[in-house]
Amino acid sequence: MSDTTRFIPDRLRSPMERRIKSWETLLLAIAIAIFITNSFMSPFFLNAWNLSDMTFNFTEKAMIAFAMALLIISGEIDLSVASIIALASTAMGAAVQIGVGTPGLVLIGLTVGLLCGAFNGFLVTRMGLPSIVVTIGTMSLFRGISYIVLGDQSFRGYPPDFAFFGQGYVFWVISFELALFAVLALIYYVVLHRTNFGRAVYAIGNNPVAAEFSGIRVARVKFILFLLTGLMSGIAAICLTSRLASTRPSIAFGWELEIVTMVVLGGVSILGGSGSIPGVVIAAFVMGLVTFGLGLLNVPGIVMSIVIGALLIGVIALPRLWERWRLQSKTR
Amino acid sequence: MSKQALLSREMLLTGAIILLLGLIASRFPAFIAPSNLVNVFNDTAPLILLAIGQMIVILTRCIDLSVAANLALTGMVVAMINVAMPGLPVPVIIVFSITFGALLGMFNGVLVWKLAIPPIVVTLGTMTIFRGIIFLLSEGRWINAHQFSDAFKAFPRTVLLGLPVMSWIALGAVMLFVVVMNRTSLGRACYAAGGNPHAATYAGINVGRTQFWAFTICGALAGLAGYLWVSRFAVAFVDLARGFELTVVAACVIGGVAIMGGSGTVLGAMLGALFLGIIGNALPVVNISPFWQLAISGSAIIIAVALNASANRKKGRIILKRAEQAT
Repeated sequence: MSDTTRFIPDRLRSPMERRIKSWETLLLAIAIAIFITNSFMSPFFLNAWNLSDMTFNFTEKAMIAFAMALLIISGEIDLSVASIIALASTAMGAAVQIGVGTPGLVLIGLTVGLLCGAFNGFLVTRMGLPSIVVTIGTMSLFRGISYIVLGDQSFRGYPPDFAFFGQGYVFWVISFELALFAVLALIYYVVLHRTNFGRAVYAIGNNPVAAEFSGIRVARVKFILFLLTGLMSGIAAICLTSRLASTRPSIAFGWELEIVTMVVLGGVSILGGSGSIPGVVIAAFVMGLVTFGLGLLNVPGIVMSIVIGALLIGVIALPRLWERWRLQSKTR
Repeated sequence: MSKQALLSREMLLTGAIILLLGLIASRFPAFIAPSNLVNVFNDTAPLILLAIGQMIVILTRCIDLSVAANLALTGMVVAMINVAMPGLPVPVIIVFSITFGALLGMFNGVLVWKLAIPPIVVTLGTMTIFRGIIFLLSEGRWINAHQFSDAFKAFPRTVLLGLPVMSWIALGAVMLFVVVMNRTSLGRACYAAGGNPHAATYAGINVGRTQFWAFTICGALAGLAGYLWVSRFAVAFVDLARGFELTVVAACVIGGVAIMGGSGTVLGAMLGALFLGIIGNALPVVNISPFWQLAISGSAIIIAVALNASANRKKGRIILKRAEQAT
């Protein structure tokens, strides 16, 4: 990547100004704009149940996006998350066939997620391999195992009480998934922004060598992050399998790139070292709102992908163009 | 990297391919009949074209995740042109597909060069944008075999000196880019820009512009592969070659291209593509369910990258290592 010239100001901006000009504020403004546009465009938009339905568009992806955000901040990436969902879902489906009950299924989903994460973490931190290639490999491997087990078949027959994770509501329109999403957002916020572990993640992303010399166990932190990403994929697999009530090997196909998009849209630098959980939360809502709003207007999902793609590039390109224009007008 | 090391890497892969062919032949001898090997090579031709382009991009420390979407978009555009104007001669269509693909690649390249947006973000974005544009153009409809003109479909299948034209194009591209990468200043600039961007800048190489041209070449090859793919399978639709971008990266990794840039060869990329192509073609023949393909290529990627890493470790260039970390 080419080097960027850094513009060093002679004084810090005031906290208020920093907050107003932050990435999160910009995203929030976009989210509100989309929300308002949507409610004008479709009479069905402002309905508590419809809005609650909307959240299913992103809750499962966002759960993984939290862990992915930490991983990307630390300078690594995991492209195998969607395949971990497929493998965990396949394992749960296979367990159903031999009569395992709901607690057992949950345990299996979480364990498979953790094992897959540990495998990625082992290859990256112990063998010293670049995570982008390793996880492209395990992406094929994990989903490949699902295909070997299932072929063109599918697993069905999940126990009735298993449906709660993807279809249940804890309070009025608040679904279990939405509640879980909120709790996880809070946990990840505290972990990343309020603990030593979170500081270590930023330090590693900014300069792994300096972090190592400062006494941070870089390999161990990264391994834990891969474990976490695997675990979150396991949780997402439980929710998604429960919601769909069936497992096919193509389940969650292509999600890895949507999740990375969500994280980057949320202001996490793909080069590592910066980003925040609130940003990812707002980005999740932006993506959910766009999908849902266009869906209500009968716009096909694929057109929505143009909007998401343009957002992804636009939100990064526009500030840079603006900065460049400002610098040029200053020097003139 | 020394010439010996490069040679041994490709020899290793060639050895692995021969071993693989031997294993398949022990169960199904007809697989290594020359006519079947020609078929396998021909099937792999688009992957070879894409892998060459991807290798050049990876050399410069970038990655292009939009190649499959570029292929599908260019394929759809030429298919629609063919439907609208069946009389348009094939050479014009080919020149158009290369140009159109190159323009899509340039779009990636400009964003990477002028705005310094990380390539993975740019191409992740353009990947979804290209797919969406295909949908808007085609309104989700398929273009099927009977809608294409005969000349459009016949060109890649025409047999010339025992090989279909599609294979000749792949071979031609391999030879062209062996020369470009080894004998031109652009080729050497790609290696330099990826090997050490700072040193390259001091040596007078414009790293950003080199990356721009790498994306352009990659796009042009993807566009060409788009026409070949659509005419060979005589179908164009939105989800054409979906997920293929990662197969292309896999071919490069198996071919010994270092994902951190600066090292890799055209021959390696071709061999990596052939390795995957042979596995894909052999599984049904030796009675293994094709559902094994994904897991096998996944394992191949992991093994290949582990081999890449251990080969790099042996060299022990401590001075250069330090310089790398300083960048």
